[in-house]
Amino acid sequence: MDGYIIATVIKAILILAVISALAGFGTYIERKILAFIQRRLGPMHVGPFGVLQIAADGIKLFTKEDFIPSGANKIVFMVAPIITAATAFIALAAVPLLPEFTLFGIDVKPIVSDMNIGILFVIAMMGVGLYGPLLAGMAQENKWGIIGSARTAIQFLSYEVVTGLSLLAPIMMVGSLSLIDFNTYQAGGIGHWIVWTQPVAFILFLISGFAETNRTPFDLLENEAEVISGYATEYSGMRWGMFFIGEYANMITIGFLASLIFLGGFNPLWIIPGGLAIILKVAFFFFLMLWVRSAWPHIRPDQLMWLCWKVLMPLAVINILITGLVMMA
Amino acid sequence: MSLDKLKNRNVGVQNYKMLDLGHTPESGWGKFKQVLKRSVKLELFVGLKVTIREMFKALFMGEMHTVKYPFEKLPISPRYRAIHEMKRLLESGHYRCIGCGLCEKICISNCIKMDTRYDEEQRKEVSDYTINFGRCIFCGYCAEVCPELAIVHGGRYETASEQRASYSNFEDMLTPMDELMNQKEYPGFGAPTPVADKNIKKTPLAY
Ligand code: SF4
Ligand code: SF4
Repeated sequence: MDGYIIATVIKAILILAVISALAGFGTYIERKILAFIQRRLGPMHVGPFGVLQIAADGIKLFTKEDFIPSGANKIVFMVAPIITAATAFIALAAVPLLPEFTLFGIDVKPIVSDMNIGILFVIAMMGVGLYGPLLAGMAQENKWGIIGSARTAIQFLSYEVVTGLSLLAPIMMVGSLSLIDFNTYQAGGIGHWIVWTQPVAFILFLISGFAETNRTPFDLLENEAEVISGYATEYSGMRWGMFFIGEYANMITIGFLASLIFLGGFNPLWIIPGGLAIILKVAFFFFLMLWVRSAWPHIRPDQLMWLCWKVLMPLAVINILITGLVMMA
Repeated sequence: MSLDKLKNRNVGVQNYKMLDLGHTPESGWGKFKQVLKRSVKLELFVGLKVTIREMFKALFMGEMHTVKYPFEKLPISPRYRAIHEMKRLLESGHYRCIGCGLCEKICISNCIKMDTRYDEEQRKEVSDYTINFGRCIFCGYCAEVCPELAIVHGGRYETASEQRASYSNFEDMLTPMDELMNQKEYPGFGAPTPVADKNIKKTPLAY
């Protein structure tokens, strides 16, 4: 039992360290990829190819004044970024990041806790994460912030239904909520991937995943062109940084979820070992988010609601119905 | 970008294409049909294709647009009017300026100040010549009026300075003696045209 606690603590700390480092690195990757797509060079001057730009940004964020506006609700204002960052990492607790491996004769399961409600927990935690922007926008005395949090509410009400319903069909097929079970269900190779049997659910999940992580085409919360910086208008320094670590960690989580549920997870792929396979898949989803950001315009809040309630939700329900009928037959 | 492209100012020769935008549907059914058509044709993915194509072009086909400015510079037109230069005669190395004072006279912002005197051989020499670049508007009149092609515009366009009045002396603008062999004629404002030799006529004897 002691060993279990120690192992869990070590895993939690490792995941926290690695994913927050990756989230920081994600900002660099995002700037580079967007730059290449626009035929620019991106950050170039700090370190080789600008890699140390993240260090420079980190120093800047840490040493900036921690500013709290006088009219703001201080406690809520201070807590809001922590909610976003913390829930993003808590969500990762139920996600198996790599296949099991043996280290110094001990079998390591790279998942903090394989609870039997894995998917539900992850989705719920990412949903709770939206309280960050919501409270942040309302706590600062700023109308852009209020608009930002109003949009957070709209977005939350729209996509959350689709996320749940789109995942319901794969859950019905696998018959479990644990992500490990999803992985073992698809162990038979590419032909057994759920994406082939549930393509509609896959697309719906991707769309709501983009909304969940607040990426273009659904980056309504803090679209600079419209609402300055939305919920983050009054934030500076590390509190602002925490929102973004949370956002990038969420992007990674969505990448893991999509590859675990639909794309065969960490099963070995042809000659690629499982660990590498899942990292490649997550990297692809991360790249897809940046790629889409560079190509597509973003949509209005009312269009998002229209899309989610009038198009995607009916599609998801029909998909569930058909899945159910096929399973009964 | 090559110099040729930069110098091509033939606006209107390019092939502009009107985009076929089609008509905007009015009725709900029309809108629905348009949405359906666009989804089936996967129009969204065309956007993705274009962006990834640009990325490959930039990364592997050397079409990156960035010019890392202080380290790399785009070529400027040879006729660009930047900081002035004073030219020398190629044969003797003596400066070309004959001290006629036309440039001082024509300068519309009054920023050229010059003085001349007789040297020991009773020839006019420039004793003092300054341009106040804080006032100069780089109109090019001085280069155009100069009968000797002595004062011309150079290519040095980075002219930030610490003070508003920034003067240049004659010696600063003069081609250094060891650079004489590399001295280039200025093709811009006031320079003779490439066909100048052909256009020359003999002065009639009656004058
Ligand atoms: S460029 Fe124009 S303003 Fe400048 S020194 Fe010559 S005549 Fe004067
Ligand atoms: S116009 Fe030319 S030759 Fe005459 S003073 Fe000026 S620089 Fe010298």
